[in-house]
Amino acid sequence: MELINIFIKAAFIENMVLAYFLGMCSYLAVSKTLDTAFGLGLAVIFVLGITMPINWIITTFLLSEDGLLGMDLTFLRFILFIAVIASMVQLVEMIIEKYSPALYASLGIFLPLITVNCAILGGSLFMIAREYTFPESVSFGLGSGFGFFLAIVAIAAIREKIQYSNVPGPLRGLGMAFLLTGLMGIGFMSLMGIDPGAFGE
Amino acid sequence: MADTNTTTQVEVKERKPLFGKRERKLITDPLNDNNPITVQVLGICSALAITTQVSPAVVMTLAVIFVMGFSSLFTSLLRHSIPKQVRMIVMLIIIAFLVTVVELSLKAINYPIYQELSVFIGLIITNCIIMGRLEAFAMADKPWPSFIDGVGNAMGYGAILIIVAFFRELFGSGSLMGWDIIGPGAQFAINTEAHWWLEWYMPNNLMVLSASALFVIGVLIWVHRAWNRDLVDVS
Repeated sequence: MELINIFIKAAFIENMVLAYFLGMCSYLAVSKTLDTAFGLGLAVIFVLGITMPINWIITTFLLSEDGLLGMDLTFLRFILFIAVIASMVQLVEMIIEKYSPALYASLGIFLPLITVNCAILGGSLFMIAREYTFPESVSFGLGSGFGFFLAIVAIAAIREKIQYSNVPGPLRGLGMAFLLTGLMGIGFMSLMGIDPGAFGE
Repeated sequence: MADTNTTTQVEVKERKPLFGKRERKLITDPLNDNNPITVQVLGICSALAITTQVSPAVVMTLAVIFVMGFSSLFTSLLRHSIPKQVRMIVMLIIIAFLVTVVELSLKAINYPIYQELSVFIGLIITNCIIMGRLEAFAMADKPWPSFIDGVGNAMGYGAILIIVAFFRELFGSGSLMGWDIIGPGAQFAINTEAHWWLEWYMPNNLMVLSASALFVIGVLIWVHRAWNRDLVDVS
């Protein structure tokens, strides 16, 4: 039950993109068409779902004081995390190239750029900060990946529609995408529920 | 072989001014025509997350200037010996090393700010500006221009960061750099007694939410492109 809770919380309430604004760069750059957004979303679910447990194992068994090496090596975690993420992205790239060359061609440069998608490193750092257990970290990884997928597909659909609207010239494209994301962020915030204390007296 | 050696040596001897026209352009370009945030769409994540107040934004800017300048310099020095297939990992390790240096020194120097920035110092590693500039510039150019380019882009990034933080802090919590300026709780940093034109303002909680950073940057892009028509998206 706790695991389902963490999944739903990570996907909707603490959505990586719309609540924490992580992974914005690829989110804004790849969301011009629905197809590529869909492919990138799936790739991010996969990478997050795999790197999160691996990074959990690394921090618990290698870097912590009572781990295998018996030393407090937490200062190495950035370098190790990013190495794990980079190798996983390389793996995803090879899989997509083999089984779906069309998607591979349409994602282009943005596939390797998943490495520097802050949602992925950020997810691992949040996992450490919140002291999740192993099954919880799997659930958190899949949940936040699903949240990213939802967000990028939603904005891609909106941006495809808004191309036909009469937006003022300087606001067209990037500016409009920012405003839309802000509105979507407020929409997702309503999922958090209302805190009665926030209204004061 | 000997020929090429001598020609390179001759080129080195032609001393160029340390701040020539090109270097100046590398500094000023990212501030306007080629701004990393509003034009190249790089490094948005941290721009949104840490701009609720001005002082973390300033610290973040300094950290990014340091990391970007030196990672560009090191990548550029190593550019002939990095194989193409593993360049991403090499760059990331250079960046991660510099970020670890920044993180540990910030922890030692100013612990409250360190806690406030929390994971976002670590996330400088995945700040796409750094990766993007290393890939686009430092891998193909000499160390000194690369260093300048890194610092210039970091400054363009920091300028946007501080502008956004200024508006968000002023209207969100009625203060600047921690000094209450407007609103009911104003400590009257400027004036010694209460004035109605400082007290009437009620801080707007919307500006503290991260969604408002998107609105502020969106409007900033709008203003920037309206003023600099060349940047308008035609498609």
